[in-house]
Amino acid sequence: MLEPILDPNKDAGSSRDAISFGQRVEPGLNTRHGTILTLEDISVSFDGFKALNNLNLYIGVGELRCIIGPNGAGKTTMMDVITGKTRPSEGQAWFGETLDLRQMSEVQIAQAGIGRKFQKPTVFEALSVFENLELAQKTDKSVWASLRATLSGEQKDRIGEVLHTIRLSGSAHRPAGLLSHGQKQFLEIGMLLVQDPQLLLLDEPVAGMTDAETEFTAELFKSLAGKHSLMVVEHDMGFVGSIADHVTVLHQGSVLAEGSLEQVQADERVIEVYLGR
Amino acid sequence: MNQPLMVTAAQKAGPTVTTLVGGLVLLVLLALPLLSLLPADSPFQVSAYTLTLVGKILCYAIVALALDLVWGYAGRLSLGHGLFFALGGYAMGMYLMRQASGDELPAFMTFLSWTELPWYWVGTQHFWWAMCLVVLAPGLLALVFGFFAFRSRIKGVYFSIMTQALTFAGMLLFFRNETGFGGNNGFTNFRSILGFGITEPGTRAALFFATVLLLVVSLFLGWKLARSKFGRVLTALRDAENRLMFCGYDPRGFKLFVWVLSAVLCGLAGALYVPQVGIINPGEMSPTNSIEAAVWVALGGRGTLIGPLLGAGVVNGMKSWFTVAFPEYWLFFLGALFIIVTLYLPKGVIGLLKKKADQ
Repeated sequence: MLEPILDPNKDAGSSRDAISFGQRVEPGLNTRHGTILTLEDISVSFDGFKALNNLNLYIGVGELRCIIGPNGAGKTTMMDVITGKTRPSEGQAWFGETLDLRQMSEVQIAQAGIGRKFQKPTVFEALSVFENLELAQKTDKSVWASLRATLSGEQKDRIGEVLHTIRLSGSAHRPAGLLSHGQKQFLEIGMLLVQDPQLLLLDEPVAGMTDAETEFTAELFKSLAGKHSLMVVEHDMGFVGSIADHVTVLHQGSVLAEGSLEQVQADERVIEVYLGR
Repeated sequence: MNQPLMVTAAQKAGPTVTTLVGGLVLLVLLALPLLSLLPADSPFQVSAYTLTLVGKILCYAIVALALDLVWGYAGRLSLGHGLFFALGGYAMGMYLMRQASGDELPAFMTFLSWTELPWYWVGTQHFWWAMCLVVLAPGLLALVFGFFAFRSRIKGVYFSIMTQALTFAGMLLFFRNETGFGGNNGFTNFRSILGFGITEPGTRAALFFATVLLLVVSLFLGWKLARSKFGRVLTALRDAENRLMFCGYDPRGFKLFVWVLSAVLCGLAGALYVPQVGIINPGEMSPTNSIEAAVWVALGGRGTLIGPLLGAGVVNGMKSWFTVAFPEYWLFFLGALFIIVTLYLPKGVIGLLKKKADQ
């Protein structure tokens, strides 16, 4: 209402696409070169402290990437930069080929197709599980649309489907505040699913989950990869090993190593950072 | 689904009881003005004093409902709603003053030896324009204030303090004679409205009807809003604003909409309050009035639609009894009430009743 809803095609051809040689600009997110997220030379400093320092990161379309790193490595700050919560002091951040994340507000970024799960599970506690999913569902989210919104059969089916996926069908009409910690985690993941983002950012999704729940989450994420791109920040190495084919290690605000989990675990610098030698 | 039977039974009984009680109250409210029209020697006659008192409380109930929309649903405690109420009242008062003075200047302007009307008084002799002002003055102020406050993401206690400062500033402004609203005396000595004598029983009854109507309409509006997706977005906004933003909602528009709606409802309530009570002065803008409104909502139960009405009724009913019986202890009592509600009744009287019904 207060600012124009982002139209991804509005500036089509005016940014980096200006040099595309006669290629037709596809509507929606342009992922022509196979990268959905590009972070180049990103630096963020808080009062002189560099939380991110010339960070370079590329996430491919449909990729499932795990980010690991010791505390203070800049994992959460990086997510803040991607979702528009923090502005980088230097560097470039692109979503697809054409959307400049530095120019977009948090709401616009969410509408463009980046979903985020917080470290601490955050759901709307006073609303029922079903209503939580209803609000998150991909649809027109303006004030006027919300005043008149009714759920179509198709939308209800989609919510039902996700409820089934996250194993909360039986609790659909319970207030979300009454769910267990693990169930809240799943509800938040479910909210991301109905939001149908192209890129999902998940900050410690299995924290506080039981082993069975963790295993289930791993399966869920693997089934999502391909259709969506996922970026998972996690400390649980067992979990990382079970899902990721590609791991990035952050240290002091920049990328220390990248590769398969075995590769990075064998990397001398990574061992040094983690064991403090 | 697998809830104990008793709970389901209570939930089923809840709405019926509420409808029944609500219907009864509405019936009584509609009967009151008719009974006031009976001849004075009739045993059922309702005195003008009672009618005015109840009418006044109904206006307060609308304010409580409006405040609850922003506090109970959207989670922004305003301690300045008295300002919007007073602005609506002043807009109506301007019309009433022009009606009373005829072609002359209103008396207080003559005392200031002003020779012509200030520009903002132009057109106030017309009822329709005064009605426009009733909506526009609080509405525009709320829009401008809300736009900047919500854009800067002001919330919590800072928002409350700013609204409090706003109403205080309004009061100081209206206390000045030069502002052109009668200084600290405000407006009084009204004679007629739309050509009808303001103290006539028929006029009083009609004003009372209008108040009941506004209350019912506000209640219906609030009910529609609370049941819509908009209402759920407001609740979400109250509990987890960040989550809502990352779901792709822009919270500012939602906050601004409900904030302006609330201010306009207050303005309308103020406009009906002034002709019934017969006076409006800057005292209505004093911060204590706005705080009192918050007490009504808290006592009744915020986040519900009936709670604020109940709270406004109970507190004001007690106030009119207390200020006659023990005038000097009223404020102590009000303070104690607020502390008790905060400590023992976080969900207000409605919360208590619901708990009883569930047991």
